[in-house]
Amino acid sequence: MSSSLTEAATAGSGGAPDDALLRVTGLTKHFPVTRGIIFRQKVGAVQAVDGVSFSVAPGETLGLVGESGCGKTTTGRLLNRLLEPTSGQIIFDGRDITHLSAARMRPVRRDVQMIFQDPYSSLNPRHTVGAIVGAPLRLQKVPTEKGVKATVQELLEMVGLNPEHYNRYPHEFSGGQRQRIGIARTLTLKPKLIIADEPVSALDVSIQAQVVNLLEDLQRELGLTYVVIAHDLSVVRHIADQVAVMYLGKLVEMAPRDQLYARPRHPYTVALMSAVPVPEPVRDETGARARRQRIRLSGDVPSPLNPPRACRFHTRCWKAQDICRTEEPPLAELVSGHQVACHFPENTAPAA
Amino acid sequence: MPASGATGERGIGGDEVQGGRGRRLAGAWRGGGRPASAPAGADGMSLPGSRSMLEVQDLRVHFATDDGLVKSVDGISFSLERGRTLGIVGESGSGKSVTSLAIMGLHHGTGADIDGRIWLDGEELVNADPGRVRQLRGSKMAMIFQDPLSSLHPYYTVGAQIIEAYLVHNQVGRKAAREHAIEMLNRVGIPQAATRVDDYPHQFSGGMRQRAMIAMALSCDPELLIADEPTTALDVTVQAQILDLISDLQQEYHSAVIIITHDLGVVAELSDDILVMYAGKAAEYGSAEDVFDRAGHPYTWGLLSSMPRLDRERAERLTPIKGTPPSLINVPPGCAFHPRCAYADRTGGRSTTEVPRLRELDPGHLVACHLTADQRLEIRGDDIKVRP
Repeated sequence: MSSSLTEAATAGSGGAPDDALLRVTGLTKHFPVTRGIIFRQKVGAVQAVDGVSFSVAPGETLGLVGESGCGKTTTGRLLNRLLEPTSGQIIFDGRDITHLSAARMRPVRRDVQMIFQDPYSSLNPRHTVGAIVGAPLRLQKVPTEKGVKATVQELLEMVGLNPEHYNRYPHEFSGGQRQRIGIARTLTLKPKLIIADEPVSALDVSIQAQVVNLLEDLQRELGLTYVVIAHDLSVVRHIADQVAVMYLGKLVEMAPRDQLYARPRHPYTVALMSAVPVPEPVRDETGARARRQRIRLSGDVPSPLNPPRACRFHTRCWKAQDICRTEEPPLAELVSGHQVACHFPENTAPAA
Repeated sequence: MPASGATGERGIGGDEVQGGRGRRLAGAWRGGGRPASAPAGADGMSLPGSRSMLEVQDLRVHFATDDGLVKSVDGISFSLERGRTLGIVGESGSGKSVTSLAIMGLHHGTGADIDGRIWLDGEELVNADPGRVRQLRGSKMAMIFQDPLSSLHPYYTVGAQIIEAYLVHNQVGRKAAREHAIEMLNRVGIPQAATRVDDYPHQFSGGMRQRAMIAMALSCDPELLIADEPTTALDVTVQAQILDLISDLQQEYHSAVIIITHDLGVVAELSDDILVMYAGKAAEYGSAEDVFDRAGHPYTWGLLSSMPRLDRERAERLTPIKGTPPSLINVPPGCAFHPRCAYADRTGGRSTTEVPRLRELDPGHLVACHLTADQRLEIRGDDIKVRP
């Protein structure tokens, strides 16, 4: 496994390695599983994230995709140190933040902010919008030129909310507007990196597009760097420059967006894409409802407590051979910038 | 699905009756009451001449709250044949779930004010005795809920919950019911059903729980199955499995299915007919082809163009619907969609004052919009790329 790590680390995300704003190498998080009350014994570990490496260049967006339980949210929480990594290294803006203490981490948090999935539980219902959006200024003791109120109102305007609504409470807003409040809060301290964990999956379709557009506008205007965590492949395709696909705690494929969606190489990515329902009815010759051709994976994602040996996808893969059960495929760069961890990748024929 | 059902039986039957459905629906909007052309019996309790599995006519579900009257469902009509699937699409708060709960008789005791008619296989349900509806619920009609973890009881084994439903509706012994439960779990693809039947819900994965819910819903061979966001809580690969399962089981049992979702992809995958709801009313109603290929309502256009799609070229920018869904206490006057509609100004002010009636664009394809056919063609030509 160590060989795959160094390989992945040197491969980076394809860009010049030293320019990266965020560089992650061999990031691992194992949650211990214990038994007993007084004498706690470790009986196992949930291997939530296992040796993940990637880097994100300034102004770029990395999309982290996968099904529930694949470790994408844990990865996001490790990145801004809401969780303590078991091993690996996180370098942000040229500085190793992997094991910084809470106090030393505090100034770094100005530059790394987070957008949460659920706009209902991530805003304090007893605080006004002004208090919520202004809280980072207060907590970080950042002086403002025009005062907190004016700054907050500017931010509200920036995310498309009425600055007059400064004194309202979260329950007076709809889901999409609440998500805008959450976004305004992340912008308060003018961060460099924003980690967005499922930023639009709790929203209605018509509102999703508004928030996606807002995130893109803000990125362009403020030069933000995003790590977007999502399960929705079509949203990630829209917003990300680089896409990383995770399965059971490991990266299985990483490539520039257009390359990944045009020619997915890992069988899991291929299956994931073909499982997305297409909003276009399919009919057979007689006009009766027909079924779309797609790759059907059987079963569920195995438990990360006891992941399958070697290639973790072999239990559900239709291409699995003996080697997949005995030898772990390294995350290797097949073509420039396109890394895949598979013994038998798809779409390998040269592009027509 | 047999070819005859697919080709011949749209709506209530032949073309003539189909037109009738259109008129009746349109009528429902005009007056609010039952239109004169409705073929209802003198007592209003039976619907002679109709053989559809489910007929909903001018359904209204209102809730009186401290803040005012919430018109969750405000005049919805549709019909559904055996072996066919109706997809109900809409944003949160559009009234799609409230409609399904009304059909199942689950608003009883909630203070909901229900008006209109629901015929299940010729039997009227809105004014029926709650005991009778209770008998039908679970046997003749069944429902799959969105979140299987909260709709399964954590203290009882999965098997016990399926057995209970079966025992209530069938005169059989516990042993036979247990065997039936195992058979049902097998049918929905749960491995080692004979042992898993004694597992508790928390021992099942999300996909398996939803399978167990489906097994429970189908244990009494319902003729009408309502699936309310059946795959929203699931991952895409599992979602694909569950959608296949629902469609396979429908073919096997030849039941009528209503699928309620906000995901247009899921609807396209399963539905024969589609009802698009907005603020408690129908915005558009027609076959899946009508709605996806020849959509006529600006709201449907908005939904179709606002979602990023994997099957198309990547657009540089998404086209959202502006604004937010309306509050149901304070629904905008006229067309409820007009504050968000990009074409409202073309109707000469009518959309702010007059509630649009559901009109027939093509046979069986109904749209509630003030735009004229010419305007719609013009807009489609200019702004909306219908199918590359």
